[in-house]
Amino acid sequence: MNEHLLSMHDVTAEDVVRILDTAESFREVGTRVIKKVPALRGRTVVNLFYENSTRTRISFELAAKRLSADVINFASGGSSVSKGESLKDTALTLQAMGADAIVIRHSSSGSPYQLTKWVRGHVLNAGDGTHEHPTQALLDLYTMRERLGRLEGLRVAIVGDVLHSRVARSLSFGLVKMGADVTLVGPATLIPPDAPVWGVQVSHDVDEVLPKLDVCYLLRVQTERQRLEYFPSVREYARLFGLNRSRVGLLPEGSLIMHPGPMNRGVEIDSDVADLPQSVIEDQVTNGIAVRMALLYLLLGGRGESGEEVPRG
Amino acid sequence: MDSQELLFRGARVVDPAAGRDEVADVHVREGVVADVGRGLDAASAEIVDADGLVLAPGLVDMHTHLREPGFEQKETIETGTRAAAVGGYTAVSPMANTDPVADDASVIAEVRATAARADLADVFPVGAITKGLEGEVLAEIGEMVEAGVRLFSDDGRCVPTARTLRNALTYARAFDDVVLADHCEDASLSTGQQMHEGISSYSLGLAAQPAAAEDAIVFRDIEMARLTGGRLHICHLSSARSVELVRRAKADGLRVSAEVTPHHLVFTDEDLRTYDTNLKVNPPLRSSEDRDALREGLADGTIDAIATDHAPHAVEEKEAEFDRAPHGTIGLETALAVALTELAASGLLSLSRVLEALSSAPARLIGARDHGGPIAAGRPANLVLFDPEERWTVEPPFVSRSRNSAFTGRELVGRVRHTVRHGVLMVSEGKATR
Amino acid sequence: MSRILAPDDVRRALARIAHEIVERERTDGLVLVGIADRGDHLAFRLSREIAKIEDAEVPVGVLDISFYRDDIGLTAEAPEVHETRIPFDVTGRTVVLVDDVLYTGRTIRAAMDALMDLGRPRRIRLAILVDRGHRELPIRADFVGKNVPTQHGDDVRVMVTEVDGEDGAVVQEGSTGPTLTESPAVTGRGESA
Repeated sequence: MNEHLLSMHDVTAEDVVRILDTAESFREVGTRVIKKVPALRGRTVVNLFYENSTRTRISFELAAKRLSADVINFASGGSSVSKGESLKDTALTLQAMGADAIVIRHSSSGSPYQLTKWVRGHVLNAGDGTHEHPTQALLDLYTMRERLGRLEGLRVAIVGDVLHSRVARSLSFGLVKMGADVTLVGPATLIPPDAPVWGVQVSHDVDEVLPKLDVCYLLRVQTERQRLEYFPSVREYARLFGLNRSRVGLLPEGSLIMHPGPMNRGVEIDSDVADLPQSVIEDQVTNGIAVRMALLYLLLGGRGESGEEVPRG
Repeated sequence: MDSQELLFRGARVVDPAAGRDEVADVHVREGVVADVGRGLDAASAEIVDADGLVLAPGLVDMHTHLREPGFEQKETIETGTRAAAVGGYTAVSPMANTDPVADDASVIAEVRATAARADLADVFPVGAITKGLEGEVLAEIGEMVEAGVRLFSDDGRCVPTARTLRNALTYARAFDDVVLADHCEDASLSTGQQMHEGISSYSLGLAAQPAAAEDAIVFRDIEMARLTGGRLHICHLSSARSVELVRRAKADGLRVSAEVTPHHLVFTDEDLRTYDTNLKVNPPLRSSEDRDALREGLADGTIDAIATDHAPHAVEEKEAEFDRAPHGTIGLETALAVALTELAASGLLSLSRVLEALSSAPARLIGARDHGGPIAAGRPANLVLFDPEERWTVEPPFVSRSRNSAFTGRELVGRVRHTVRHGVLMVSEGKATR
Repeated sequence: MSRILAPDDVRRALARIAHEIVERERTDGLVLVGIADRGDHLAFRLSREIAKIEDAEVPVGVLDISFYRDDIGLTAEAPEVHETRIPFDVTGRTVVLVDDVLYTGRTIRAAMDALMDLGRPRRIRLAILVDRGHRELPIRADFVGKNVPTQHGDDVRVMVTEVDGEDGAVVQEGSTGPTLTESPAVTGRGESA
């Protein structure tokens, strides 16, 4: 595996299988009374979260702690991150503290790449601007594989504001890499025109796509003002693309409904739909810890260069 | 300036203005070229062995940012003109987006005086088109013309309305040889842009501007030139359609000229995949089709000149998240080498055309009569001598105060050995003499 | 490469070990925990052997010790991970750990730490098919199939029919330093992609 996980382009299909298989073992660890293994004892994992995200940060924190690593949290709203210290200076400080891995979430696309220039440890992208969110994609792949038994040939639709979604990018790249059939669905203003170059299809008619799906993946639609220039109103979006009770009936039996959270109930998904058994939104959260444990283990568990072979037995 | 007497022996003299390309000696005395020929002798001259070197007219950068007054932490007139000299330039046109803006004769005079004190390159300050670059009221163009300014531009900003540009072009017709240069960018399409809009920007998750943001304004500006009969120059072309528009404007007989930067001739939007802020420029690096069209445009003369748009920024400004870093790359020290490596070496352009684009064409456009050749007896001795074979890697430290070079880490072929300005060595053996 | 154990040798060794276990331990409260990725197959076989001798069904668990290894971060890649499946509580039980080869003792140390995190066994015993010596930790097998003297550079490999197609054990005399005895053919379960 690569030294860093910045994008889904950093992992091969074989790497993905390895990550998911390893996550399987960590899921089992999560069922034990002592949910901890000593694998990363003595290592330091830093959560550098410039964007508020309690959910993802806690997921990474638990993942690192269950591997017996020490965790340091730099969250916005406290310390130097909010005082306006440059990313570079923060990075150098972390470097001096001996961070083995830095998990970074930032509102600027590409900031994990800048970070790799200034630190020696492994960098994990926990979401950078509108670029990528590879750990989310991996946990989604895990959930799909677990529920449906495979990834190859799965018919997946990603519905919503694809243009501004880092989750949509990572998930598209990941699914295509694993041989799934991906369709991006949304208003024409919210789907990148050249998207087919990514190996996906594009549709603006969600009703047409729903009956032929194994997975319906809904993106959060941002309703802030600056997004509203892309579509006339929230009401129109919900009417044309929202997964409401009547639309759900179009989905084939056994198909999954997924959402990376947090949900805009009533916009991209109706409340009662979110609580249906087809909806695996809660599973996505549980699986997140196991997948993140697998990533930390695989990244930090090896020396990354030709290491000496040690006798086993 | 004390004059020197120099005899350059055995150089390959390439003089685009005179159509010359041959090995010869060049004798320089009292600020002018005394003689060009073979087997020259001059008892009192300092002999400089120029065997293997190319001798050409000193380069002229018609679009550069010296940042002084107001932004001296990025560059000063002294450090900028020294960087220019090391890059083989004997004349530069610094843009008006300083603080205060160069929108009247007093700021122009200040810039001239500072440049004269540094005494490293001839400086032809560009005047603003509108007061404060605000795009509303015309600046004191007439007063600045009297102060010797010939090139006017609001560069950094686009002239916001057709109406304002029309008025400026019309007003400028009263003066001889005045050129208005526009930075063509439709702000409504380009707000918040970090790069060129295309599959690369979608993959990288960066806000982007389409080529149409430039094309639409190039079209508008050309129509204003047509309407007014004024002289228009298009700054830093970046797209294939813009090249095509300029080509048609020239075919229609309009007085339109254009420039292109070295980095737009080399890089594309795909090069941004590592989020290297040194490649964050405005106009942005576009597709490979656009880059190829720019090269063709330069080859066939649609694009008149190569201009660096040398845009220094302090280290801490550029070493930041991609969307927070300011746009720009420095270019004075690398332009010649880049042109030689990427255009001449591959045979895309002849050496003569490359040198023409770097010296005689911009000299003509800005009215710098002492520069750009021809290299002939009695003409001011503004020359550059370079080794066309020397390999070097671009890396700090630079002579410029800043180090944001898009070419960092790149290996180039071709290096300036000597720069002569008004008969005096500004650069000798690759190092500035002052 | 020389053969240390033929298929029949393996069969006989397992049968003998099964008898020894039954003789020395009480079967109630007894569990077998095989260390992936060959010890587990041996553990299942031992359970079947014991069932032939006594009318007792000894539960079998599979333990992956990757997360407890002491060489994490020292090898090029993170150690390959296998499945842990222990469908019973180890607390209060007599746990017989089962593995194919005993060498430095580090794997067993890791296995004991893993077991301790799962509960509090009453006692832990160790059953090994091949003991090749060269202990680096104070660990001792209670039940041994065969003792084989080796050099540090040698590579001792046990094959089991379930994984390798046949039973046996071989030693490859080594020239350079120690090598991992893990078979590269093993991948994680769940190859669906």
